[in-house]
Amino acid sequence: MPLLHVDDVVVQFGGVTAVNHASFEVEAGSITGLIGPNGAGKTTCFNVITGLQTPTAGHIVLDGKDITRMPVHRRSKRGIGRTFQRLEAFGSLTVSDNVRVALDIHDGIPGLFRSAVNDVDALLELVGISDYANERADSIPTGTARLLELARSLATDPQLLLLDEPSSGLDESETGAFGALLKQLAAEGRTVLMVEHDMDLVMGVCDTIHVLDFGSIIAQGTPAEIRINPVVQKAYLGYADEADHDAGHDAGDTKVLAL
Amino acid sequence: MSAFLSYTVIGLFTGAAYAIAASGLVLTYSTTRVFNIAHGAVGMVFAFLYWDFSQRQGMPVWLSLVLVLLVVAPLTGVFIQRVLTRGLGNAPVGVSLVVTVAILVGMIGVATQVWKQDTARSLPQFYQGHLIHLGGVIVTPQQIITIVISVIVAGALYVLLARTRIGTAMRASVDNAELLSLYGGRADVVAALAWAVGTSLAALAGILLAPVIGLQYYDLTLLVISAYAAAMLGKLTSLPMTYIGAMALGLAQSYVIGYLQDIPGHDKLGGLPAVVPTVFLFAILVLLPQAPLRIGQVKGIISAPVPTITRSMVCGALLIVAVALMASGMANSTLLNFGAAISFAILMLSLVLLTGYGGYVSLAQFAFAGVGAVIYARADQPNLFGLVLAILGAAAVGAIVAIPVLRLTGLYLALATLAFGQLMDKLVFTSSLAFQFNNPLTAKRLSLPGMNFKDQGNYTILMAVFFVLTAIVVVAIRRGRLGRILIAVRDSQAAAGTLGLDLRWLRVGLFAGSAGIAGLSGALLAGMRLTIDASTFQFFNSLVLLLIAGVWGVTSVTGAAIGGFFMMYLPVAQSNHPNIAGLLFMLLAAGAIVLGRNPNGLSYVMFLIPRFVTDSLYPALADRYPGMALRARAVGVVGEPDEAIGSDADDHSEGKVDSDAVASR
Repeated sequence: MPLLHVDDVVVQFGGVTAVNHASFEVEAGSITGLIGPNGAGKTTCFNVITGLQTPTAGHIVLDGKDITRMPVHRRSKRGIGRTFQRLEAFGSLTVSDNVRVALDIHDGIPGLFRSAVNDVDALLELVGISDYANERADSIPTGTARLLELARSLATDPQLLLLDEPSSGLDESETGAFGALLKQLAAEGRTVLMVEHDMDLVMGVCDTIHVLDFGSIIAQGTPAEIRINPVVQKAYLGYADEADHDAGHDAGDTKVLAL
Repeated sequence: MSAFLSYTVIGLFTGAAYAIAASGLVLTYSTTRVFNIAHGAVGMVFAFLYWDFSQRQGMPVWLSLVLVLLVVAPLTGVFIQRVLTRGLGNAPVGVSLVVTVAILVGMIGVATQVWKQDTARSLPQFYQGHLIHLGGVIVTPQQIITIVISVIVAGALYVLLARTRIGTAMRASVDNAELLSLYGGRADVVAALAWAVGTSLAALAGILLAPVIGLQYYDLTLLVISAYAAAMLGKLTSLPMTYIGAMALGLAQSYVIGYLQDIPGHDKLGGLPAVVPTVFLFAILVLLPQAPLRIGQVKGIISAPVPTITRSMVCGALLIVAVALMASGMANSTLLNFGAAISFAILMLSLVLLTGYGGYVSLAQFAFAGVGAVIYARADQPNLFGLVLAILGAAAVGAIVAIPVLRLTGLYLALATLAFGQLMDKLVFTSSLAFQFNNPLTAKRLSLPGMNFKDQGNYTILMAVFFVLTAIVVVAIRRGRLGRILIAVRDSQAAAGTLGLDLRWLRVGLFAGSAGIAGLSGALLAGMRLTIDASTFQFFNSLVLLLIAGVWGVTSVTGAAIGGFFMMYLPVAQSNHPNIAGLLFMLLAAGAIVLGRNPNGLSYVMFLIPRFVTDSLYPALADRYPGMALRARAVGVVGEPDEAIGSDADDHSEGKVDSDAVASR
């Protein structure tokens, strides 16, 4: 049984259909990619899965339980963690306090007097941003902030991690290290669902890839299958100019063309 | 049957006036995302201006109407939008509410300054004295004109929004102003036009209602609650639903007045008609669906530095000693004011917790203080038990206010507190349960085991002790896990939610805690004054409190202490200089508009001075005059106010980490 089942989800904003009968599954312990041109509805899918957006129709099933109507915080308790495309780090807090507050929230009242110093340091070490521990989160570089969001999310010990463009803002060697980290997390038994524009990273680490276009899944398969899929090629090439233009200096996007 | 028809006509008239006001509110809110809490106050001022033109100066009615509705009101609307509230649409609710509350208080200031209370004024109805008989019901021309105008306004708005280019841009702006400007729409023109029309509609509603409900400062100002209640039926964006809501509200109010006041013993329900909008509003709030959490990075906020607990205790002890020294030399009448200032400072601390740390706004802190005072006086337990009872009672009421608004965002919560404050004013505090009308309640002086506070000076010191204890609790909350969580929620609700935080109950808890502190302040005030009445706790004081907090800063204990003194001093100054009473409100409002955008307020400036001394001035002087080094250092240390040292703060912009911050982990 898959860990996550997105079942025929529709999201409409006024007259615009952002997600159009999208269905896909994420196997437990896998790294799954969710790719597609800008505006395909990837982030909206994440918002529906995490509960920030109520779908117009369809269901989200986690571990066999329908969570479509469950509030955001209870989904977190059931093991969903996420990072954000547009950063949502707690800007007034230091990097280490960002992680500490996540531990506080996760532990709830019973851990009232627990010191979490070691866990915080270990998580910052794990994602490789220990050097920034005492800086305010609104003053660190974008790539670092994305890693901080990952560390913060890991503090809640999620079984399903949703990462929204985690590598944008990272340079090539950092992206390589990040890919290794993802494999390590999957080896520990966590499931990763990732929206990503860096095709080298997606093709390198994902077990399965789902391709979203105009809010619908147009293809799914292994990286090798997706690479040669004509429908995917058409969807991307048809958008190539626009995607390049819209994304501006977004480092990952140029690689989309090299698909 | 004819009675029913008469009530219906009155209800339709009131509903029509509400609809006109509410559609202005919807227009301004939906195009700029700034909720104009001063909407009713604007209508009030223009009703006075219309009276001035048409009655005092004797201009023809048509000319007065043209001048007010087509010239002064639209210009005022554009001024408010372009100058006073510009860019507040994306600001935290704490900031945008401080600014719009400032406009409300400023409007009251203008009205009381220009049109002083000493003269009686009345506006005649249109075609007064002409009565029309319609199927056995007597209808006044004013009623017919109002209903007809509301239909014309609805039609004109429909044509404007659906049939004109700028109207289409307005509707686009409702959905996404940023996107509109990306596609070449003039978002600023749209916003200015919306506020011009919206302000004109507020003025129109005020002018139509004033002859019936009276030309009064506060009743017309509270029109915003009715307009808001009506507009909430359309979630503040749908004009047709707003009209339906307004008519339903007008009719409900009319039937309540008509039928319930004939019930024997109706005098107990004297305030009932005034609370119909509040009840209507809460009913709608409960029925509204869950609001989505807002996504979109809010930049971190630079807060006033937070002192360590040890430091707070030392400063607190010094403060108590200082109060004791000052109190020993004061006359009893001065001590009464001094004690009131300390009580208000405690009340300010409730805002530090709620607004400064939590980012939520309450417009009814005095109502919670009143609950504490009533419980303390009624329970007749002038001891710690009575005090705890007052705190818990006020906290429970705070939770009751927050729970119906559980699923909505901070703006709706704040507006619900405004409605709640009015409900307490009109119904609860004047009832026999609480103070009764014009009837002070007696309270006893607090006593502690083995201690006597009959002496005014001793009681003042006791109040200072309570202030210090409360301040230490508030600082401890800020420094602890809960404080960190509050800051995180203020920065990103979406992230806090996805980390597993139940924001709804956190908010209820925060509200209850803040109301509890307010209850303590009210109980202590009751214990000091020995007699206490409803006027101390009227809703308008809560608005003034928020503005003073906005001026002096709502993020620090120092701001609360200074703010408490201003809260006490403002009415004293107004009664000493009645001819500038309104001007003082206008000054306060201007201060809050200027300073309200930085929640740290003026007290934060005081924290910057010693940092300037130690970081810039001292090194510079030491370089130039080596001999001065020692003396400059001494000045730097002694001159620091209690929360001032940058190195003691763990949430500083520089992000310094020192032994204190590490130790606190």
